[in-house]
Amino acid sequence: MSTLLSRALVDELHQLGEFDAEACLNCGICSATCPLGIDLLPRRLFRYVVLGLGSRVREQSEAVFSCLLCRACEASCPAGVHITENVRLLRRWLLEGGP
Amino acid sequence: MALATRDAIGILADNLHKRGSVLPISARRATQWARELNLPRGGETVLYTGMMYQLIPYIERLVSLEERLGDSSLARLGGLARRVNRLVNGIALVARPPAGERAEYDRVPANVARLLQQAGVEFGYLYEDDLYAGALTYDLGAQEAVAAHARRVAGVFGEHGVREVITIDPHTTTMLRSVYPKLLDGFDVRVRSYLEVLAERDLPLDAPLAGEVVVHDSCVYARYENVIEEPRQLLAAAGLTVREPANARTSTWCCGGPAESLYPAKAAAVAAKRVEQLRAVAPDCVTMCPICLVNLRKAANGTVRFRDISEYLTEALVREQVPWVKAGDTRP
Repeated sequence: MSTLLSRALVDELHQLGEFDAEACLNCGICSATCPLGIDLLPRRLFRYVVLGLGSRVREQSEAVFSCLLCRACEASCPAGVHITENVRLLRRWLLEGGP
Repeated sequence: MALATRDAIGILADNLHKRGSVLPISARRATQWARELNLPRGGETVLYTGMMYQLIPYIERLVSLEERLGDSSLARLGGLARRVNRLVNGIALVARPPAGERAEYDRVPANVARLLQQAGVEFGYLYEDDLYAGALTYDLGAQEAVAAHARRVAGVFGEHGVREVITIDPHTTTMLRSVYPKLLDGFDVRVRSYLEVLAERDLPLDAPLAGEVVVHDSCVYARYENVIEEPRQLLAAAGLTVREPANARTSTWCCGGPAESLYPAKAAAVAAKRVEQLRAVAPDCVTMCPICLVNLRKAANGTVRFRDISEYLTEALVREQVPWVKAGDTRP
């Protein structure tokens, strides 16, 4: 498992594109509004990223690629996090990284 | 991530790079809808289909194959399928929708062209240069392939002197209007949905319709592109009473379609929930996205009548229809 509280993953994502999951308040509105009902999306997933847990993100690739990108979560996010762009960026990171 | 998922997305990206579309179909098939319309080639303003409606019958064939094999089956085909697909257009081998299905989806761009003509809009069409915009590959994270493809599309616009594009579906709209400017420096083509173009025109009302319809907002139109009032305005002008479901406008509920390529069972579950919301309001539902249309129609299994908004507007507003594009006609 990756080192806890490492900024390496967030820094890597910032280099790939715009990533603002650090603004997440962890309130859970996003998970409550997700049509897929996947509890992981996107709050816990973003927490893994912010904590530098790259291996946990890779383990959850099915959830990352299941996301509908419908922005239901984003429309309700009190912190204005660009959730779908973050998910797209994570997909890119998963695709371009090693297996 | 599962290596097989990367291969499945790789197949789509390879197709985009090598054949200009995630699901390559021939230019003859993609442009067949325009054969009797005599649209001028190119011009400063063009109707751009992005092949989305034309591709739906082929996507459906592939998805039904995938459903028989189970979730992630495309992914499970893995590296071998990707290697074979680089040599042979696999889609052409496995996806062969019947002429009736193709004609149904081809009718939408033909409807839109006639509506624009009736509204007095001057536009051309790019025929074989009307390329897929790259939405699925962009959404799946294949950024490099999409950026290269966007340069190709922008090059086509440049060759034809295109300054303004009128789109038909939300996914092509958001790719050209919101994504391409981020991928390409200096991309300044004006992009509008035909719904936006028609809504600002005074349309001739020849045959006002009657009755109630429930509107299903596309997530992309409502939450990405702020196309919300235009379809309602047009439907009301056509004489219909527009009713709202639970989760309407910016709170719309996804049709599940975006998950279909990798996880069809998950997509079906989301669609079933949406169908329930729509069915509770009215038996006739209006969609404005080909992916919503096909996904909801399948989930409803005949219990709700789904039709594209262009069908209603054509019935109400167009004076002289091209014979083969009349509603219900499935002539190829």
